[in-house]
Amino acid sequence: MAEFEPNIVAFVCNWCSYGGADSAGGQKLAYPANIRLVRVMCSGRVDPEHVVAAFREGADGVMVMGCHPGNCHYRNGNHKALRRFRLFERMFLQLGIDKDRFQLEWVAAGEGKKFQDVTTAMTERVRALGPLVISGFVPEEVSHV
Amino acid sequence: MSKVKAAIYWCSSCGGCDESIVDLGERILAIREAVDFVFWPCAMDPKYSDVEAMADGEIVVSLINGSIRTSEQEYMAKLLRRKSQLVVAFGSCACFGGIPALANLTSKKGIFDRSYLTTPTTVNPEGIVPLEHSKTAEGYSMELPSFYETVYKLDDVIEVDYFLPGCSPNGDMVANAMGAILAGKLPPKGSMLLPDIALCQSCDRNSTKPESLTITEFKRLIHVQADPTQCFLNQGILCMGPATRDGCGFPCVKGNMPCTGCMGPVGSKDQGARMLSALGGIMEGETEEQIAKALDGIPDPAGTFYRYSMSSSFMGSHRKENKP
Ligand code: SF4
Ligand code: SF4
Ligand code: FES
Repeated sequence: MAEFEPNIVAFVCNWCSYGGADSAGGQKLAYPANIRLVRVMCSGRVDPEHVVAAFREGADGVMVMGCHPGNCHYRNGNHKALRRFRLFERMFLQLGIDKDRFQLEWVAAGEGKKFQDVTTAMTERVRALGPLVISGFVPEEVSHV
Repeated sequence: MSKVKAAIYWCSSCGGCDESIVDLGERILAIREAVDFVFWPCAMDPKYSDVEAMADGEIVVSLINGSIRTSEQEYMAKLLRRKSQLVVAFGSCACFGGIPALANLTSKKGIFDRSYLTTPTTVNPEGIVPLEHSKTAEGYSMELPSFYETVYKLDDVIEVDYFLPGCSPNGDMVANAMGAILAGKLPPKGSMLLPDIALCQSCDRNSTKPESLTITEFKRLIHVQADPTQCFLNQGILCMGPATRDGCGFPCVKGNMPCTGCMGPVGSKDQGARMLSALGGIMEGETEEQIAKALDGIPDPAGTFYRYSMSSSFMGSHRKENKP
């Protein structure tokens, strides 16, 4: 059987991380074709409903990438993203979704290499986990976060 | 004029939805003038065979409450669907899974082990658990409905015409919905019989609702005395108002209790994601320590944000592999 190719949706902020993807391209640093970029103005603009919609529609993993703390072009959008992300993480644990399927990364516009590294690592982790199966119940109960 | 034939049925539910119809008080007399209840197990003694003997479409409206966990419930939902012109998912369990669907945070095996083997009050040395098929010592075959791996909402198993959420829907909501059905003044099929706005919009504490970063920690209601004039979120007490559909008249808030979200999500939105979104914007904290400290005040996020809507969550039915 062919190796499993995960679908990974990556929300990237326009000002830093999209630039990071661009500079990866400029430097001919290939990143996995599994990553589907969705450009948003700011990581704080990524509504949890977008993350949930991506999983619902078949993503096996979701990434959110924004400017490094202190560098958000809307001052504190990335802090908002971080708070939501930490809350998501706790909830995913209870819902039986491996937290490796959801990643938050800070990638600056010049960090083409970092963009390549984090997307490659994410793809490998999700590939190892296999397809996301949503069965409607949690086989191993997590009672307290 | 002949009366409209109606049925009321319960699936996985607590009985509160049936109670909410009884709670109509004298208003039920007006409904009785217009309606002939042909099947209502909570209030009458009908048999499934009575329904099986009816012609298809003979019942004008069936109000079905409760979520679907067993093969018997699924059978009855499908039978009533066939015999009814309209089916209303009545109450939050039928609409979104409700409280029974919190069981989806564990498994069938977890539930059986806990209920029949490991609770401190259980004495069951032979490890007897219910079986779908068994034989008595005398050789009689016994059948029980099968217990599914997951809790479904009603529209996972049958087509539903209208939705009336609430745990349970209150008297006004029921009377209005019944009035609309009897008068034939109904919105397009598939609609909720309620407004599509968030509870906060009509809540009378809305003027004190925080719009910016204010919450540094979440307090449990058992530890504080809530100020009856201030928005709960403004006091650091989790209130599901921002992610919950309006229409109940916020009785909980009036009783100085925060909303737990029983009316379910607004629109088709995922209730948990919406609440998470709202909290991200009003919670303080830029460092990992600050954020962790605040979040420790929400010890059970999944059970809190999806308390009534687990079956309609993104974890729920859309990608359930073992759909009946
Ligand atoms: S959060 Fe609760 S108390 Fe505050 S406005 Fe909304 S419903 Fe009312
Ligand atoms: S205030 Fe919230 S919990 Fe109370 S009845 Fe309304 S929706 Fe349900
Ligand atoms: S603009 Fe990049 S995270 Fe806000």
